[in-house]
Amino acid sequence: MCLAVPGKVESIFEADEMTMGTVNFGGVVKEVCLALLPEIQVGDYAVVHAGFAISRVDETSAEETLRTFQALQQSPLQQSPDQH
Amino acid sequence: MKHLTEYRDGETATRLADQIARQVTRPWAIMEVCGGQTHSIIRNGIDQILPDEIEMVHGPGCPVCVTPLEVIDKALAIAARPDVIFCSFGDMLRVPGSEGDLFKVKAAGGDVRVVYSPLDAVKVARENPDREVVFLAIGFETTAPANAMAVKVAHDHHVNNFSALVSHVLVPPAIEAIMNSPGNRVAGFLAAGHVCAVTGYSHYRPLCDQYKVPIVITGFEPLDVLEGIRRCIIQLESGTAELENAYPRVVTEQGNVAAQVLLDEVFETTDRNWRGIGPIKQSGWRLRDAFRNFDAEFKFDVSAIATRESTLCRAGDVLKGAIKPNQCDAFGKQCTPRTPLGATMVSGEGACAAYYNYGRLVPLAAPDANVTGRA
Ligand code: SF4
Repeated sequence: MCLAVPGKVESIFEADEMTMGTVNFGGVVKEVCLALLPEIQVGDYAVVHAGFAISRVDETSAEETLRTFQALQQSPLQQSPDQH
Repeated sequence: MKHLTEYRDGETATRLADQIARQVTRPWAIMEVCGGQTHSIIRNGIDQILPDEIEMVHGPGCPVCVTPLEVIDKALAIAARPDVIFCSFGDMLRVPGSEGDLFKVKAAGGDVRVVYSPLDAVKVARENPDREVVFLAIGFETTAPANAMAVKVAHDHHVNNFSALVSHVLVPPAIEAIMNSPGNRVAGFLAAGHVCAVTGYSHYRPLCDQYKVPIVITGFEPLDVLEGIRRCIIQLESGTAELENAYPRVVTEQGNVAAQVLLDEVFETTDRNWRGIGPIKQSGWRLRDAFRNFDAEFKFDVSAIATRESTLCRAGDVLKGAIKPNQCDAFGKQCTPRTPLGATMVSGEGACAAYYNYGRLVPLAAPDANVTGRA
């Protein structure tokens, strides 16, 4: 139950006095409780556990992490400073 | 899929593994705390592209695996009652109790239902006012907000035929227990990203300081796991023991404050018995007294239960990192995911099931091929 992937929030609505929404996980759309992420907006990505969105994916940090990986990719092994 | 495919690139994985190999000079045992990370490591063959010096020790962070046997037995006893509709996450149905599992109870006529969200169980209770609806509320800090919300909704809306059998466990006390265990080999931890997404992470710093151990908050995709290992190795090789966040796109220092407020309202910490590991002080959450009417342990008299664990099963040694699953004699023989002897063979997050499902009986194909082409 801990295996969670991020999905895209497609709609936000109120049901039974609770903020709910639909989240699209690569084509599979699920109804999810958004009450614990008051700042979430349509179009944001969220990590969902047991039907509850627990965290919003921060796009800036995501891009930064990917840039770090790319930098690794671009430095050829033989030119790295600790390689002789 | 956005925020997923990018973190599964095989070429980048190889580069990260190269970086790690260049940093490492001597043997290190690193524990990934979370079963989701174990799953990712075995499925993607990450342990096989790492240099020989690095041993990944699989941690106890599989909720299905560590839920105490007595809780499973209580669940079986409650689920068998004719007045009860028993709701659970799907992966709990095959967890072996002393006698059978929830599937067996269902086959014998018990009303056992799988729900995706605990709120669905509250809905079942509203739709069936003449039945008692019990939800098996287990898990780490990740599922706790969902379970807390279900109890709170039932409480606030007077859904009095709903109750929860609560057995929550917490990561930081488990890290302490591992560091304190005699013969511990673990030199660094990959902490569970989604747990920290809920709780934040400042409370992990004292662990780094006290045990002189680096802790790197890590995600679940192959590149996330490799990046966590890379940062952990850099620390180990340079002799530092700090808290690092290698998963900032999902985890912030303060965590999910709304969830924390809810958790504090509904739960209080308690000692908890971990299946296969034993009791750990203040390592779990139970319902506060204000929610006692929604606590299945109080509603149903299930106190006198005698538990009995399979004598063949070595899940305790697996969970403590003492043996790898395929070193258990029953692995793949008496014990398979269809006929699990221990809880670690049940869910995909369990180390035994991960080893079985990804063929760790036979040598794997080229490790790079395991990382690429499966987005
Ligand atoms: S392989 Fe089965 S019997 Fe052996 S430790 Fe794992 S769950 Fe227990």
